[in-house]
Amino acid sequence: MDATEIGLWGVPLAMLGGAIRVSTPFIFVSLGEAITERSGRINLGLEGTLVFGAMTAYAVAVITGSPWLGLLAAAAAGLCFGLFHGWICRFRGVNDIAIGIALMLFGSGLAFFFGKPFIQPPAPDLPAIPFGGWSDVPQVQAALNINVLFLIGAALAVFLWWAFRNTRAGLILRVVGDSSDAARAMGLNPNTVRLIATGIGGALAGIGGAYLSLYYPGSWTEGISSGQGLMAVALVIFARWNPLGCFAAALLFGGAGALGPALQSVGVTQGYYLFYAAPYILTLVIMIATSSPSRSLAGAPGELSITK
Amino acid sequence: MSETGAMADTVSSASVPVMLGAKSYPTALEWIARRAEALVIPLAALIVGMALFSLFIALVGKSPAQLYETMWRGGFGSWFSVQNSLSRAAPLLLAALCVALPARLGLVVIGGEGAIVLGGVAAAAMGVAASGAPAFFVILVMGVAGLAAGGIWIGAVGALRHYRAVNETISSLLMAYIAIALMNHLVEGPLRDPASLNKPSTEPLAEAYRIGNIPGMDVHWGLVVGIIACILSWLLIEKTRWGFAARIAGGNVRAAQVQGLAVGPLIVGFTALAGGFAGLAGMLEVAAVQGSANASLAAGYGYTGILVAFLARHNPLAIIPVAFLLGGMDASGGLIQRRMDLPDATVLVLQGMLFVVILFSETFYGRFKAFNPDLWQRGDLLKRPDLLKGTA
Repeated sequence: MDATEIGLWGVPLAMLGGAIRVSTPFIFVSLGEAITERSGRINLGLEGTLVFGAMTAYAVAVITGSPWLGLLAAAAAGLCFGLFHGWICRFRGVNDIAIGIALMLFGSGLAFFFGKPFIQPPAPDLPAIPFGGWSDVPQVQAALNINVLFLIGAALAVFLWWAFRNTRAGLILRVVGDSSDAARAMGLNPNTVRLIATGIGGALAGIGGAYLSLYYPGSWTEGISSGQGLMAVALVIFARWNPLGCFAAALLFGGAGALGPALQSVGVTQGYYLFYAAPYILTLVIMIATSSPSRSLAGAPGELSITK
Repeated sequence: MSETGAMADTVSSASVPVMLGAKSYPTALEWIARRAEALVIPLAALIVGMALFSLFIALVGKSPAQLYETMWRGGFGSWFSVQNSLSRAAPLLLAALCVALPARLGLVVIGGEGAIVLGGVAAAAMGVAASGAPAFFVILVMGVAGLAAGGIWIGAVGALRHYRAVNETISSLLMAYIAIALMNHLVEGPLRDPASLNKPSTEPLAEAYRIGNIPGMDVHWGLVVGIIACILSWLLIEKTRWGFAARIAGGNVRAAQVQGLAVGPLIVGFTALAGGFAGLAGMLEVAAVQGSANASLAAGYGYTGILVAFLARHNPLAIIPVAFLLGGMDASGGLIQRRMDLPDATVLVLQGMLFVVILFSETFYGRFKAFNPDLWQRGDLLKRPDLLKGTA
């Protein structure tokens, strides 16, 4: 079978492959943000964490030659950013949204500062597993060449969905997120729980960044993130703070993000930039459709400032 | 699940004034003390932020003293560098207003970059379309186009916030990405000047329609426009009933509605005006600096403007010196890069640090006795129990 023969079927196929490739950072960032938001705080700084994670992972992978060490370093860096956000927000009068914006700028600035020497040298990639070996069609093989991080992300989504409902830690997280007063009455310190939740959220965002620089697009540039960290925050609201919903929404966003390149691959170049904007428009439309002025969002953590 | 905890009402104990003893008359010292807080805390935060940045620079093996000396020289040290800083301050003034005006209503709008970009594209398109008309008329049309494009863009954010409860912080930033994509589409497609090969641009404006410099300075008129916009915004907020209503709505939307204030039009009006100012910044970049609309419009002024507004604590008059300060930091970036062999992102790191420290400093408001004359009095009463006689 000739590769060109599949014709327009290449578009949905490329979108499927693209959805899996593009969605992975969304999965990690949105799961991290889901944990943070369930604790009643919002961290808009994950965009900066993502960029800094991408830089750290790439730099460590170049120096040590191991992409896994890079991944670990990115997670550690993300943890530090998250813990910093969680720590500084415990002070009276410090606004979590504003601190998030500041950390977005600070994380990106720091990443550009330290990332300058790493724009040129190539780094080893994270491995992918070829699930498309059964097919002779190269497009199918390309679409089903799935990175291990995607699989880990999928497993993590299921685990978190289960853990939120069925574990003690999940219960503590939800109590703190719904009412600080109730949590204090139970003898819990809301600030400590939020510190941990924001730290874990940051670490996951760092992993999302490592995927960007070590697999797809697979290099470190200053424009590596185009708002994925921020879209993930909106995505969590759309997914109603449900990890399985986050996973599905991430796939949807990945597919929207893959629309432009997929059309380009079959020769449609008109309005490329408008297709490029598809994920942002989709996010906005979903936010408009799911918000309501007269009631709060179903499933929203009661302490979350962004839904009030 | 039901509407859990959406009505969590908390009353901040810090807002309850301390009422002790007989009514005292404000003396000059008390008047100064009450106002000093808003000046001393940000200045202290600025110094702490710069000290932390010194530490950072020392850790990467460079001299902080040399860095600040270079920054001073590149941004403020000579008439040439001051003019450069002022040129960069011009768009920052307008971009900061895009954050500061909605902030009065309690909204955090951070997508000014989108309004700048679209304002620039709209102005460039109108400037080319109206070519042939008198210069004054064309520049006016361009200004109105910039104002309208930015105003519609951010006004939509305000409308979505009020009528659909869509979070304005996220929606404004998403709309900034959409605006940049829209600009790329227009500049590379329908509005592209075929002669622009390497850098797709709209058709260049005729020389007669360009905005020139302030006489005697190498700074374009945009600086004057920005300063006037800041003064007008201050008057709007402090001296008109709309500004007063906005402050009430910013404090508590429900209370404002109970008072019969039209909160919806207020929010849409303020956000549209804010976006209009940012759009005007884009128009000025096109008419005074670039000469056409191209990707250079998305130069990050919208994002630095966020920092300017927060540093100025959303006070339009304070925006003027802060924009000059940050314009100077931006201007010195090139010199720092060349002289000290540091990346151009050095200034971004400094700005990020300052931003975090400034936000952290919010926690110190109302904590210092020196700024609160009510507490001085209580101290006096405790020291002199004889004054308390008769009140018990």
